[in-house]
Amino acid sequence: MSLLLAESLDVRHGLLRAVRDVTLEVREGETLALVGANGAGKTTLLRALAGAHTPARGRIVFGGEDITAMPAHQRVRAGIALVPEGRRLFPGLTVEENLLVAGAARRRGPWSVDTVIDAFPILGPLRNRRASTLSGGEQYATAIGRALMTNPKLLFLDEVSLGLAPVAIDGVYASLRTLIAGGATTVIVEQDLARAMSVATRIACMLEGRLVLEGEPRALSRDEITKAYFGLRRAKRKGLEA
Amino acid sequence: MTWVNAVVQGILLGGFYALLAVGLSLMFGVMRIINLAHGDLAVVGAFAAWVLVDRTDVSPFLALGPVLIAMYALGYVLQRVMLERSLRAGVLIPLLTTFGLAIVIQNLLLEAFSPDVRSLGGTAGDVTTASWRIADQLSVSALGSLILAVAVTVLGALHLFLRRTSLGRAMRATAQDAETAELVGVDSRSVYARAAGIAVATAALGGVFLAIRSAVDPSSGPTQLIFAFEAVVIGGFGSLWGTLVGGIVLGVAQTIGAAIDPHYSVLAGHLVFLAVLVVRSGGILVGREATA
Repeated sequence: MSLLLAESLDVRHGLLRAVRDVTLEVREGETLALVGANGAGKTTLLRALAGAHTPARGRIVFGGEDITAMPAHQRVRAGIALVPEGRRLFPGLTVEENLLVAGAARRRGPWSVDTVIDAFPILGPLRNRRASTLSGGEQYATAIGRALMTNPKLLFLDEVSLGLAPVAIDGVYASLRTLIAGGATTVIVEQDLARAMSVATRIACMLEGRLVLEGEPRALSRDEITKAYFGLRRAKRKGLEA
Repeated sequence: MTWVNAVVQGILLGGFYALLAVGLSLMFGVMRIINLAHGDLAVVGAFAAWVLVDRTDVSPFLALGPVLIAMYALGYVLQRVMLERSLRAGVLIPLLTTFGLAIVIQNLLLEAFSPDVRSLGGTAGDVTTASWRIADQLSVSALGSLILAVAVTVLGALHLFLRRTSLGRAMRATAQDAETAELVGVDSRSVYARAAGIAVATAALGGVFLAIRSAVDPSSGPTQLIFAFEAVVIGGFGSLWGTLVGGIVLGVAQTIGAAIDPHYSVLAGHLVFLAVLVVRSGGILVGREATA
């Protein structure tokens, strides 16, 4: 069943069309990895879906309801959560306060400060530490925990491994697998193709604002994805057409 | 003894400045708006209380209840219909907007109340004249102590509100990163409007105490704004307890200036303000380098 549907979405940064005519479906229970090179429009697409950026054209339907014009904080209440690029914790708030801010708008569900700390044990001793003093991995755990506090039906994770030490990335993916096993619907944006393919049930590849390839990781060869990732397929097609 | 007295009176005066300044500090801290109409909103509060007292003969302290609620609502609406729009246009526009608002308020008050000076001192009861004699040349006024106590209570309550309550946390989160706050479910527009409501209500509280301890007229606002602004800058913008310290430093500077020569009172305050700007801007830079 389709949980989220974006139809012919155009998102602009001023004159730049960062997302061009993207139609994307997220099905209940799946883990969709959104891959693509820098500047392909992945982050902009996620931000538009979460409500941080108003699309110039197109429609977003979530759980059967048109949410295109809904402000971000109401989308959170509807069940969409985003772990933004760069984590974006509230630096002057403690770990616990970061979680509680998100918990205030919370929907019914299993997540609370205690269950988040159970799921991410490294946060236990950091509860009263200011977010600005955390390491990258600790920040990521807090940011995921903060998103979970809203008990989302759909979780967006932007740039999962960007700026993290390899050990920290392993930790993040371990907790991601637990989440996925628990039936969470997630969309992850990831530059590291191997990592993305290891957790995803479906892969969508963006290039210059467009969705150029979609499919199950098993059905796609690494070569195919790499070509879509760098735009080789399109270049080749253009070459043939010319 | 004159100096001890000057310092004691300065601390009491500082309580008043802190009360006047706390809303200015809050609005800057949460929304990054420097509200140039802050002093005039304080005067609006004073006139609102004066009207209530004049019509119903209640004590100004009782009039505070409805006045604060009405001024909270005024702040909420101002943010929703005016400041929110101007904030979208960049950081300088709210400065112009509130400057315009200040002029509009002054002229509306002039239209409605004439340029006459009004005071609530006569209706506030014994508290305005009572004092405790500590020593031969040192007495502490009951009203000054009351204002200082109110200022400390307001700051303390605000501190607890920001630290301990859900809305307070949302306010701090929104102040630090409004977009991300939205993304975790905080309605930042509503949070801003409530912060503006609190700020305007505290301004009105300061205005009512101004009318009790001395008098107000429609053009009293800008002077109060300057004192509040100086208190906030001396204490550090956006820091609540800093505002109390800033208010007291300003108050003590003024009373010590006045002890030297009554003409130097306001001037001494301005000089300390300028001195703090010069010294502290250097100090902050040094601090940043040390932590980098």
